[in-house]
Amino acid sequence: MAVPILKQGDYLIATVQTALSDRDLGDLRDALVDRVGRFRSRGVIVDVTALDVMDSYAARTLRDLAHMARLRGARTVIVGIQPEVAFAMVQLGLTLDEIATALDLEEGLSYLDEMVRADRRAPAR
Amino acid sequence: MNHVKAARERVRPPSIRVRVDSDRAIVEARQRGRALAERAGFGLTDLAIIATAISELARNALQYAKWGDIVVRCVEDGDRMGVLVMATDAGPGIPNITQALQDGYSSSGSLGLGLPGVKRLMDEFEISSELGHGTTVIAKKWRL
Repeated sequence: MAVPILKQGDYLIATVQTALSDRDLGDLRDALVDRVGRFRSRGVIVDVTALDVMDSYAARTLRDLAHMARLRGARTVIVGIQPEVAFAMVQLGLTLDEIATALDLEEGLSYLDEMVRADRRAPAR
Repeated sequence: MNHVKAARERVRPPSIRVRVDSDRAIVEARQRGRALAERAGFGLTDLAIIATAISELARNALQYAKWGDIVVRCVEDGDRMGVLVMATDAGPGIPNITQALQDGYSSSGSLGLGLPGVKRLMDEFEISSELGHGTTVIAKKWRL
């Protein structure tokens, strides 16, 4: 596996460490969705601090991941988008509107804690 | 001032060329292109821009033409230094370039942000395409 995935309680944390090819991104998406089932995870964090480029394919794959994980009961948050990557994304027109993002791992965990708490109170939504 | 020009020629980074025929090659093209631009003195933001543009162009070639070539090289215009990214493929060509340059348009059902996005990212953008022969995109980024 190109991207290490750690289980931390109810959450999965995937930390991107190198540039990922399209296939690596697809594998990551599928591995995370699979593990959501295996570990009954309620949240997924993808840390993209080390990702050199977030292009349209990467954005699409992360969006698909978030939707697929949601269908299996888990929330997803992307963390660690670097300032220069964020700039290029905005120029390219990629806003990641539908996907939750947070500054870093700490913020991502806080976000998941809130969302999972809310989910427990109102599971239908 | 021939000796100054000669010295600059020696120091200037060579061009890079990558045959994009797999998704791994997209990564190679953008990493090597980024490295060339870094040696040419571009800052972090511009490096991310150039790498992103290379990635989008390389993927277009792979997706529509099965393979293509990416060339990245340094260019000069008077006092300005910059990089040129050229993506060529021998694919089906683009029937309606105006349409392809509209945001949201895609013939493959994807987000369709490729060409208009690259045009926004880079400082100069030229595209030529011939049905049945292929497509060439040339985009430039200048150092401020």
